[in-house]
Amino acid sequence: MNIVNQLQRQFIDFSTSLHREGFVDDQFTQLQKLQDENSPDFVVEVVSLFFEDCEKLINNMARALEQTQGVDFKQVDASVHQLKGSSSSIGAMRVKNACISFRSFCEAQNREGCLRCLQQVTHEYSLLKNKLQTLFTLEQQILAAGGSIPVVD
Amino acid sequence: MEVAGEVLQSGSSQELHVLAVDDSYVDRKVIEKLLKISSCKVTAVESGARALQFLGLDGGKGSLGFNGLKVNLIMTDYSMPGMTGYELLKKIKRSSTFREIPVVIMSSENILTRIDSCLEEGAEEFLVKPVKLSDVKRLTKDCVTRGETEGKDGGRVDKRKLEDDNHTSSSSSIPSSPSTTTSFGCGLATSELPLSPMHSSKRAKLRDRD
Repeated sequence: MNIVNQLQRQFIDFSTSLHREGFVDDQFTQLQKLQDENSPDFVVEVVSLFFEDCEKLINNMARALEQTQGVDFKQVDASVHQLKGSSSSIGAMRVKNACISFRSFCEAQNREGCLRCLQQVTHEYSLLKNKLQTLFTLEQQILAAGGSIPVVD
Repeated sequence: MEVAGEVLQSGSSQELHVLAVDDSYVDRKVIEKLLKISSCKVTAVESGARALQFLGLDGGKGSLGFNGLKVNLIMTDYSMPGMTGYELLKKIKRSSTFREIPVVIMSSENILTRIDSCLEEGAEEFLVKPVKLSDVKRLTKDCVTRGETEGKDGGRVDKRKLEDDNHTSSSSSIPSSPSTTTSFGCGLATSELPLSPMHSSKRAKLRDRD
């Protein structure tokens, strides 16, 4: 097996595991399919925007939950809602699910619960970031070796 | 990202110009791509206020000179800070200049009362996010078809009762039958039916994403 095939094999296996482990869902596959010669970096760009969003929103949530005077749960919920939306848009399933749980704690105005959820969301975000970094690196390696990126359905 | 509208060249009348409104940068990028793949020109803005500005409806001094740029379809997110998609929809439908432009609402939340209100106010369709390429392709195709078959007067039945609008005509220039899967443009099949989950064909298009 030459190097390109090896890398492609790795890519397919890794992609499959991302789906199997729930890191990404079908929406992510849809985004990958949208990438074409006109926008060869589309997925990387959207994912980067998403991670920027994540960081900003997680910071907002953390600040809001820190308020010793009284937490504005509506504000926290608004940020969680936004994060849920963008994670859904890119197919970041575990992050999205973490947001769904988070919202019920906001509704219940449960600060402890919210803090635990915030930890969970942060954790999922950093896991996903690592995973996608690996995926994108594999893609670059395949392209550099002269191969094409397999479509994994 | 806000794209300064491009001037439509003559001969590009087939290409739809879609105004996309969403406060999420991620979503704007995705919808823009979906629309470009569907052969549309896209102007993506971040708020209802910007959308109105673009259309020249903001009552401000100018519309950045884009008055002549025709918008064929508006796709807007529902939950936005400031002005919601619903409020934007109402403003557009109350404008004599722009009320004929189809407005599609997108939302991550599948709430029946919300859907009902939007359809009542004249939204063409309510899409549950994340929006799929197949949704966009279908919408834009319907838009083109509608543009081609429409005569001088739209003949669409307006669901709202406007005091100055008495669309009593029950015929539409768009020959779509209730059995078609699209109800785009011609609201006849559904407008005579009560807007309940069982009957609205628009509701049938909603997919549960959560």
